[in-house]
Amino acid sequence: MNEQALLGIADDELIVGWRDSEWTGIAPMLEEDVAFSSIAQNEIGHARAVYSLLSEDPDALAFDRTPEEYRSAPLVELRLLDWAHTIARRWLYEVADEIRLTALKDDPDPAVAGLAGKIDREEAYHRMHAEMWHDRLHDEPRFQTAVEELWPYALGVLPAEARGELVERVGLTEVEAVERGKHTDALAPLWEEMTMVRRSAPAGAQW
Amino acid sequence: MGARRGASGLIYEVFRQERRGQPFEHAGSVEAPDADFAEAWAREQYGRRGESVALWLVPRDAIRDVEDWADEFDLKYRRVDGYSIKARLKEARERAGAAGDR
Repeated sequence: MNEQALLGIADDELIVGWRDSEWTGIAPMLEEDVAFSSIAQNEIGHARAVYSLLSEDPDALAFDRTPEEYRSAPLVELRLLDWAHTIARRWLYEVADEIRLTALKDDPDPAVAGLAGKIDREEAYHRMHAEMWHDRLHDEPRFQTAVEELWPYALGVLPAEARGELVERVGLTEVEAVERGKHTDALAPLWEEMTMVRRSAPAGAQW
Repeated sequence: MGARRGASGLIYEVFRQERRGQPFEHAGSVEAPDADFAEAWAREQYGRRGESVALWLVPRDAIRDVEDWADEFDLKYRRVDGYSIKARLKEARERAGAAGDR
């Protein structure tokens, strides 16, 4: 897989992890708060692993680019203020991510394929978590509305040729995708926050 | 009996095993709407730092409480504290010591 595509995956994981971690301390149930925060942390860990595959300095790749240089999909950038949308995104993202990882496990580059396998073993648990919420909420109108609103964004997570499976798994008809490459207005403020500490640190600071 | 149903669901008691072969010990509880949620949440609360190799989740309702034993006739010979072994042990040691001297 080419570097830009890998960078897209890493950026997705970083941004979705960052967004989901915004629920830390305020998730609807204490137990879910712990679980959701832990999953968010795992996603950031996956981003780190993929950045490390692409660069000697994963932090620089994660934090020293301008917002325009990120390859993240608009789905992960959205700042979602209610739980129905947050869980809808989590579920849609996990379904798309599984399709993407399954392909990546067959990558001709053994380092990429190996890492995909490693990430997938952790994602299996994320999928279990997302499916459990989906099973419980799929008949709820608020959740259905959220899934429908996010659907064009979910399609944009995958390259066009991989979307058929997503359509099949989610059970909605294919619509025009919100494509990767153009960012939502939500990214810039997130980037401000995400890179603030690194930008304000004195040169040569060690972490 | 304490509350078995909390605001969002059932209470599951969680037992965790720290290493293979060791006994499961009570770790705490989770409150969850069903067994799948209980599993997901218990995994995080009692396992995400590698502190467990396995968990048992038991709905609190499935636990039968047993907590009192009638002991009206002071049958203390049945209890582990029934005999004072200390004095007997001392005696036995002295005997053994004396035998060794011979």
